[in-house]
Amino acid sequence: MAHTEWRDAPELPDFSLLKRLARDQLIFLLEQLPGKKDLFIDADLMSPLDRIANVTILKQHEVDKLYKVELKPIVSSSDQLCFLIRPRIQTVKWISDLVNADKVAGRFRRYKIIFTPQKFYACETVLEEQGVYGDVTTDEWNFYILPLDDDILSLELPEFFRDNFLEGDQRWVTTAGSALHLLQSVYGSFSKVYGIGRCAKMVYESWRELMEEGEQRTRQPEFAKVFLVDRDVDFVTPLCSQVVYEGLVDDLFRIKCGTVELGPDVTSSDKSIKVMLNSQDKVFSEIRNEHFSNVFGFLSQKAKNLQTAYDKRRGMDIQQMKAFVSDELKGLKQEHRLLSLHIGASESMMKKKTKQDFQELLKTEHSLLEGFEIRECITYIEEHINRQVSMIDSLRLLCLLSITENGLLSKDYRSLKAQYLQSYGIKHLLTFANLRQLGLLEEQQAGETLTVMESKVGKLVNDKTVGKLTDAFSSLAKKSNFRALSKRLALVPKSGEEYDLRVPRDMAYVFSGAYIPLSCKLIEQVLERDGWTGLEEVTRMLNGQEFAVTGGSSSSEARNKTDAQRIVLVMFLGGCTFSEISALRFLGKERGCRFVVVTTAITNSARLLEALLDNHA
Amino acid sequence: MAFVTANWNPLGDAFYRKIELYEMGWNLKDGLRDCLVAAAPYGGPIALLKAHNRCSPSARPQLEIFSSSGLPLASFPWKSGVVKQLGWTVSDDLLCVQEDGTVLVYDLLGGFKRHFSMGNEVSQSQVLETKIFHSPYGTGVAILTGALRFTLATNIDDIKLRRLPEVPGLQGAPSCWAVLTQDRQSKVLVANGSHLFVLDNTACTPVTPPGLSPQASSIVHMCVSFSYKYLALLTDSGHVWMGTSNLKEKLSEVDTKIKAPPKQMAWCRRPKSQQPSAVVMWDGLLLVVGECKETIQYHLDDDSILVPELDGVRIISGTHHELLQEVPGACEEIFKIASMAPGALLLEAHKEYEKESQKADEYLREIKEQSLLSEAVRQCVEAAGHEHEPETQKTLLRAASFGKCFLSNFPPEQFVSMCRDLRVLNAVRDYTVGIPLSHTQFKQMTIQVLIDRLVYRKLYPLAIEVCRYLKTPEYQGVSRVLKYWACYKPYCMPSCMLVYTVVMYLKNELNRGDFFMMLRNQPVALSLYKQFCKHQEQDTLKDLFNQDDDHEELGNFYVKASYKEQRLEARIAHLQSAVDEYYKAKNEFSAKTTEDEMRLLRFQRKLEEEKGEQLVGFSLHDTMTTLLSVGLHKHAEQLYKDFRVPDKRFWWLRLKALAEKEDWEELEKFSKSKKSPIGYLPFVEVCIKHHNKYEARKYVSKVTLEQKVKAHLAVGDVEGAAEAAIERRNESEIGTVLSRCSATTDHLLVERLNRAKATVAKK
Repeated sequence: MAHTEWRDAPELPDFSLLKRLARDQLIFLLEQLPGKKDLFIDADLMSPLDRIANVTILKQHEVDKLYKVELKPIVSSSDQLCFLIRPRIQTVKWISDLVNADKVAGRFRRYKIIFTPQKFYACETVLEEQGVYGDVTTDEWNFYILPLDDDILSLELPEFFRDNFLEGDQRWVTTAGSALHLLQSVYGSFSKVYGIGRCAKMVYESWRELMEEGEQRTRQPEFAKVFLVDRDVDFVTPLCSQVVYEGLVDDLFRIKCGTVELGPDVTSSDKSIKVMLNSQDKVFSEIRNEHFSNVFGFLSQKAKNLQTAYDKRRGMDIQQMKAFVSDELKGLKQEHRLLSLHIGASESMMKKKTKQDFQELLKTEHSLLEGFEIRECITYIEEHINRQVSMIDSLRLLCLLSITENGLLSKDYRSLKAQYLQSYGIKHLLTFANLRQLGLLEEQQAGETLTVMESKVGKLVNDKTVGKLTDAFSSLAKKSNFRALSKRLALVPKSGEEYDLRVPRDMAYVFSGAYIPLSCKLIEQVLERDGWTGLEEVTRMLNGQEFAVTGGSSSSEARNKTDAQRIVLVMFLGGCTFSEISALRFLGKERGCRFVVVTTAITNSARLLEALLDNHA
Repeated sequence: MAFVTANWNPLGDAFYRKIELYEMGWNLKDGLRDCLVAAAPYGGPIALLKAHNRCSPSARPQLEIFSSSGLPLASFPWKSGVVKQLGWTVSDDLLCVQEDGTVLVYDLLGGFKRHFSMGNEVSQSQVLETKIFHSPYGTGVAILTGALRFTLATNIDDIKLRRLPEVPGLQGAPSCWAVLTQDRQSKVLVANGSHLFVLDNTACTPVTPPGLSPQASSIVHMCVSFSYKYLALLTDSGHVWMGTSNLKEKLSEVDTKIKAPPKQMAWCRRPKSQQPSAVVMWDGLLLVVGECKETIQYHLDDDSILVPELDGVRIISGTHHELLQEVPGACEEIFKIASMAPGALLLEAHKEYEKESQKADEYLREIKEQSLLSEAVRQCVEAAGHEHEPETQKTLLRAASFGKCFLSNFPPEQFVSMCRDLRVLNAVRDYTVGIPLSHTQFKQMTIQVLIDRLVYRKLYPLAIEVCRYLKTPEYQGVSRVLKYWACYKPYCMPSCMLVYTVVMYLKNELNRGDFFMMLRNQPVALSLYKQFCKHQEQDTLKDLFNQDDDHEELGNFYVKASYKEQRLEARIAHLQSAVDEYYKAKNEFSAKTTEDEMRLLRFQRKLEEEKGEQLVGFSLHDTMTTLLSVGLHKHAEQLYKDFRVPDKRFWWLRLKALAEKEDWEELEKFSKSKKSPIGYLPFVEVCIKHHNKYEARKYVSKVTLEQKVKAHLAVGDVEGAAEAAIERRNESEIGTVLSRCSATTDHLLVERLNRAKATVAKK
């Protein structure tokens, strides 16, 4: 594509090994309950499970029927029931009820619960409290990581975000620590670990404990560095509309576990098609990181090329034709199929996204990021709410406004909140409470006047810059940590400059050149400085909690730059967006290294905000 | 076994023994020389601080804390002022008394806890000497100031400073002094030359020890027994006077024949002692004095300190840690050479029995004939408790168990509990734990305190094992340990599993109030418990918020509860509770909004009943949309007024509703009803959305200048748009129009636009 590949981009380790490990363990666990059994699977485990062991494999190990856990009474004639679930109290309670119902009915069955990725004591407590502890056997399936792609590893734990950041429930911390430990034990240790955020720190601690418990392995590391980052360090990035192809597909069609279901409007047929989106898809792998405005052009060029390739047939003799059919045609057909799907997808994207309202939406987002024409933005958001355009989008804009402006003025906050409640109902009082708790949508404290803020921010920087800052501030209407961060890290390129999206010059291209994702910028800076030195101001504005640790592996030989030394593992705690992954891929190409993203789940603005709604009864 | 008496020394009627407790694990360069040392009683930790170097005050001495076995617990450079004295509290906290009277409190792992001052007077005249003492009221600090006055605090956890009366005739520092606890009061006993005074709150009373040797011209040292019952005085003539601390009775007086001032003196007695005795230490020499003229002398290689205990004295040197005590009665009976005590015979019988010798029967018969077998068993059990070596303990217990077999109704409790106690004691005496408790001390300190001590040392697993093993009631034992453990853990590692375990455990163990109080201080535990409640015990959650007076959360709780309700009345009732809570939380906004919701619900139901439209539960906006779409304009209007719906929203609603129904006539009327707060572009757009270009055009002219181009383009009037753009000389708008022109058909227009663009750009 437009940018040139680094000549010797390092090879990534083979992560499919993780799948094999998980599969073997699952089979072992299933064999622990010999004989025919019915298997009940948590709904959100279905897709990940499918990537590890398909139905055929399950049947081979005497799984008779497969059911989705629906928390309703079951119809099963099997004498053995196996439950493959996430450690959630609700599900365990449901199982307890089943067991108790069987008891009342005088029915004898064997029950086995396989918790994945680990058991929680609370779940066992429920079994005990419900009086079925002795009737059920429990096991753990340590399926910590699902490789979604060559460079994306997912814990597939969307609830991590809410549990950890909103509820303050830290039980998943050990899970994340164990995931890192697993990676380390399979792929070797790391020479350096950086991180920022409270959760990151705890995950590191939990990981370190596992390291200390386990035996030290002295094999060559396959990663150089690890970077842990909490989602709440950067909320701005996931709240922005995604405009890179993969991100946009996720925003529009929702990629689930690496697969997207394209509806009839896209496939131009009468049925939906499920498509795996990863580097195996040659068409997709070329456009996934592109700004969507380039995609259509690229695809049509591709289509032309394809046509030319097909056209080669003309004037072929039989021999050549034979060779063509056996060597190329299949590939071309495959490519053709994919191409038409992506063209369909991007057409529907263009239809939706080039419309006036999307452009205006983007414009508002960009204004918010830059901190210009805030009044107009508020008016726009107000209208957005009043017209009931989209529950989630309105909320998203409100949050962006609040974060970038360091909270809303009381008057605005109340009026916008009142209007939002009029549109979507009073139950969102709870949503607002949640958003406030996370610092996503706040009311500026009365009395927090310009000067107070000034001195506040002034304290964060050294004396020399105070003067400069004060000057800068007085010219700005508002000030906030985001604003200061953005200035300090140059997150928002100067407006007015042309930004050629076809030839990106920095990571800002993932947001049409309007904004460099804060999370990725932090990673870039820390790697560049080999630590947090020089970023003290930044970390202070981000509430500190940063750390840098030299790893256990004796990596003084880091000088001889092996491939491994140029692979960086980035763990997002609380989810990561495709835009961030694209930005990191871009950064990798620029710097001649490669990033492997480990995330608790793939997220986007809708998932992030939906996790914070409280309207489920 | 034969050597049990090897380290016994006779003194009068009793024997004394010195047992090695540990070889010290620390590695001190100069031993204890020039160190401030404090060792806590009951086998507690030892604190060391190198004496301040007055010549180079900037040098920072290291404060080190060790277990009794010399294993390091903490070490940090001392950065505060000059320390005069170190001491331990009853709860294993380290007190560092500074020259200026400030007392710094550290935990035994070196964590700073707090500091307090001994008052202005002390800080002005500085600390001359200080003593830290324990009483039933806690740990106290007594200070002798540079002004030769005593200031005293009996309990450092509840500081009430007391300044004691002046001592008459005191010119310089007194020759010695001690703190006594008598009649529920802490008093100071001061010696000034040969005069002795008791200082209490109100008076300074001269006292005379009965029968003090007339050769003495000065009392150079004094010490009070562990129980404050006895007092020992050492005179410059080398006599040790021992008596009761109320100075009413003399117990003995012994001439040590050493006139040099001693380094330290301590009582060495045990409950049920056979004779009063004290230990006096000089450089290189340790003397035990009792009732008789003779003394026991021990040679000391190293600088040592004496730590008085309930049943003896511990001697800590740079390399060793020993216990000196009077041999307990039971041990003496059994092990004394040629003893014919029943216990001794039983031990012998058991030995023979193990050798399969018939002599076993002879011995046994001898005891049984005197019907002393139960006494023999009791002696063996008791003696086992006093022995330090597990092998000796086992031998004695085996003998006891053997003897028990020949008794029909012997109660087993004593034997069983001794076995358990010893198992625990051996565990805590272990080198790695380093708490050399004797059985007597253990019984005195109680299991709860021992558990606490293990907890302070963060030896949680051991503490739990001990509780379980001793079958301590859980609220005193396991629960307490878990609580501490849980409280400690979240700070150092995210072991939620553990916290959860503890929380769920405590939930069943504590009463609800205590449990909530505990949670209150533990955010991690609290949030975990909340999670649990969300699924399992909704009402508990409410109680939890109630306890915290968290009205905001309670309000939210009721709002959530409301929409789980099907019945409207119940729903409204919940909302009313929410309103009350929000008001209590001073959250007027939420309160008002919730009240609005209640009004809306009532309105919706009324209308549902009247008109049969389904409305209950809709948001205000959705309700109005529904009303407008079914033509209930009046009611919609009523909502608009009653609920302070912004004009803009209402216009949008009307606009949308009319367009839905394609009631273009009404729409036009509406547009003219008054000036549109949302402008007229929405009118254009809504018509286009419903594919009515004709109607759309009607509104283009009313659109503001800024939006004209958009309006024209919306109705497909490129020319009009071009006009407007050129008129406004707006480059981006011209660009927008250009992008909509087709080069072939709008040839002329394109040219015009380009020209205009050029002129605008030139500016």
